[in-house]
Amino acid sequence: MEHHSILRVVSKLLIPPMLVYALYVQFHGEYSPGGGFQAGVVFAAAFVLYSLVHGIDALTRVAPPRVLHALAGLGVLIFAGTGVVTMALGDAYLGYYALGEHPQHAQEWGIVVVEFGVGMTVATVMLSLFIAFASHTRKLDDKDW
Amino acid sequence: MTANLIGIAIIDIVFFTLLVLTAIAILRQRNLFAVAMLSGVFSLLSAGLFVTLDAMDVAFTEAAVGAGISTVLMLGTLALTSRDEAKRPRSALLPLFVCLVAGAALVYGTLDMPPFGAVDNPIQTHVAPEYIARTPTDIGIPNVVAAVLASYRGFDTLGEVVVVFAALVAVLLMLGTSGRRTNGKNGKEE
Repeated sequence: MEHHSILRVVSKLLIPPMLVYALYVQFHGEYSPGGGFQAGVVFAAAFVLYSLVHGIDALTRVAPPRVLHALAGLGVLIFAGTGVVTMALGDAYLGYYALGEHPQHAQEWGIVVVEFGVGMTVATVMLSLFIAFASHTRKLDDKDW
Repeated sequence: MTANLIGIAIIDIVFFTLLVLTAIAILRQRNLFAVAMLSGVFSLLSAGLFVTLDAMDVAFTEAAVGAGISTVLMLGTLALTSRDEAKRPRSALLPLFVCLVAGAALVYGTLDMPPFGAVDNPIQTHVAPEYIARTPTDIGIPNVVAAVLASYRGFDTLGEVVVVFAALVAVLLMLGTSGRRTNGKNGKEE
């Protein structure tokens, strides 16, 4: 879509705030609405917008599916692994009190870490799903729109 | 106070009217592209309703997932299949009958439910007040929803994340993992 300069400029203006907003939703989720699920979706939406304007091949160069699949698994492992760590430290599975001296700090640490895992999995899964569907369609010419 | 309630009632009526109109438009529309976009509109209206219920986290999720990503995924699926709905082979009488019976059963079921928003509803009297009371001392974060989601019910959330991951695995098993573009009708890779 080389000729659509309006789309390119608008997407260029929109994508950075979307990514920053996703990070805000992710790491400010303990204080405001949001959390890993919402942040992951917004983060993926920024990449989807990039792909809608520049094509699926440009997206897979920025975010190779192999890396996305590995990160999706890693997110689940971060969440599940946090539970294993708290068990090793002598608390229940996902009992965050074992993570620190101060109980509230320990809880907040646990929540931040597992929400990070959630966000990572959701963002990479949404993006991988989009790539899986979009990479099977014919390449559209500008005139086909 | 009453002016506030009347305002909320008006907003609710407007949202529900638009929801019903969107649903009817989806039913009558044969072009699946329009149906996908209208389902996005439906999700966005539901997100508005969740805001009037003060369920910000749910509204946020509905707007981002329902109106955003699932519409895009639906359009991606449409590109792989057909853009128009197939003509109905038989009469619509039996489906209409099933819908009416199921709908009547659901409406009958709601008659047993406690009144909306009443103080002594089960939702206000069991674990919810305890979560609200204990979160400031147990967890110490202002967003009670995040505390319930990630700490009190962390095991449930782990299950949800595994479900999301399993959805990816299922789609990749069906569509292939390479992410490479396939071309032509027989799906041969370039």
